[in-house]
Amino acid sequence: MERIPKHLLSTVMAMLLCFSLYTTIAQAGDGPDEVIIDSLAQLYEPVLFDHALHEEITESNCAICHHHTLGTEIDDENCMRCHAGSGASDEVSCQGCHSSKRFEAEYLNRIDADNTLYHRDKVGLKAAYHIRCMNCHEQMDAPNGCQDCHARTDAGNKFFHAGSYAPPESDLPASGGH
Amino acid sequence: MKAMNRRKFLKGSLLGGAAASVIGKSRDAGASASFGGYPEAMGVLVDLTRCVGCRSCEAACNKEQGLPAPAQSFDDLSVLDHKRRTSEGAYTVVNRYEIPGQDHPLFRKIQCNHCNEPACLTSCFVKAYTKTPEGAVIYDPTVCVGCRTCMVACPFYVPAYSYSSVLNPVIKKCIFCYDTRLKFGRPPACVEACPREVLSFGRRQDLIKLGHQRINNSPDLYEDHIYGENEVGGTSWMYLSSAPFDQVGFDTDLGTQPILSYVKEFLTVVPMVLTIWPALFAGFHLLATRKDAQKKEEKTEKS
Repeated sequence: MERIPKHLLSTVMAMLLCFSLYTTIAQAGDGPDEVIIDSLAQLYEPVLFDHALHEEITESNCAICHHHTLGTEIDDENCMRCHAGSGASDEVSCQGCHSSKRFEAEYLNRIDADNTLYHRDKVGLKAAYHIRCMNCHEQMDAPNGCQDCHARTDAGNKFFHAGSYAPPESDLPASGGH
Repeated sequence: MKAMNRRKFLKGSLLGGAAASVIGKSRDAGASASFGGYPEAMGVLVDLTRCVGCRSCEAACNKEQGLPAPAQSFDDLSVLDHKRRTSEGAYTVVNRYEIPGQDHPLFRKIQCNHCNEPACLTSCFVKAYTKTPEGAVIYDPTVCVGCRTCMVACPFYVPAYSYSSVLNPVIKKCIFCYDTRLKFGRPPACVEACPREVLSFGRRQDLIKLGHQRINNSPDLYEDHIYGENEVGGTSWMYLSSAPFDQVGFDTDLGTQPILSYVKEFLTVVPMVLTIWPALFAGFHLLATRKDAQKKEEKTEKS
């Protein structure tokens, strides 16, 4: 193996140190006020997520949604085993870590090839949103129906056979027989 | 050197043949007993603790498979008030189960479980069914004669019948989106539609590890069992639950033997019965009636 020049190594170390100092002081309020979640919008309109409101509700405990990625102290003992001192990471958005192609062959093969990976069961982007948002909304008695957060598009109505695509009223019971 | 005579040669070859057939047979039996499904088979792990009964999977299935329009919209949750089964118009349905002692109901998606050793396949006398190396149990409707034996054979009551078709009624069931997705390494439509990743798609072997990992990480949440890991010889679709499996509509008395193993011995006897017995009993009959025939002949000679 080639030896890395000492001065280069120290420069990199210094840069890393500066960066981690900079990011660990990132606090609530530094985040965006609003986030438009549209990466999955097909059947539903994009979601306008009021980030500022949720900072208020969570009393600026970023870890409730962002795990350890903002350098916030966490209390899950299992996470602490590795992330107690890992500080803030450069990627804090949901889609930075949670893949929108969770079950495509490429992603599955990548996980399969890496036998040192601990987070093998990391949910995809859509599930990361829905599990995190809905479980909390349920606890807080907040609106939790599909269309409470995102209005359905025309494609969505077609998909669900709802709205203008709804089947005609019928006295027959829903099909269920064998 | 002793010359080998004809008798010795025949004796030897007979013994050898018999030994070979015995060894061959036992090897076959061993192989069939240890067949745990194709090693690279894909599967889906259904985590009931995540399902909220939104029916997106049902809508996705309807679209992907080009099924007829439903009687009610897929966002109409009143259909959950009664238990449904898969039908010719719905290859997957979600049912709701109230769990005693829990303040939340559980929802369970039903579809073909894609057994490692499918009973439907074994029971089909026109060989309409195939278990693909990717894990799907598919069928060829063009050879289906509509006998419905597979409906009786299936331990999960999954195959449905197109009773509405007058001219060509055939079996209808979930095919793991084999033609349009699985064949190309893509997850089935329901998995892609599920908003909460109730459905995890991957290699069956990986999903079993993943399921046990979830149980280990949250032992208070999950029942310590993956339904389908071993049931009826293992299935490609498997379930995790927070309630005992019999409380969410699972048959917990199916055992771990493939349905095939209950009928294998009988089925191997069938061709023997059909080919050997007629000749054998005709022979017995002729032997038994030979004396009578002789007596008759004697009588006629005397008279």
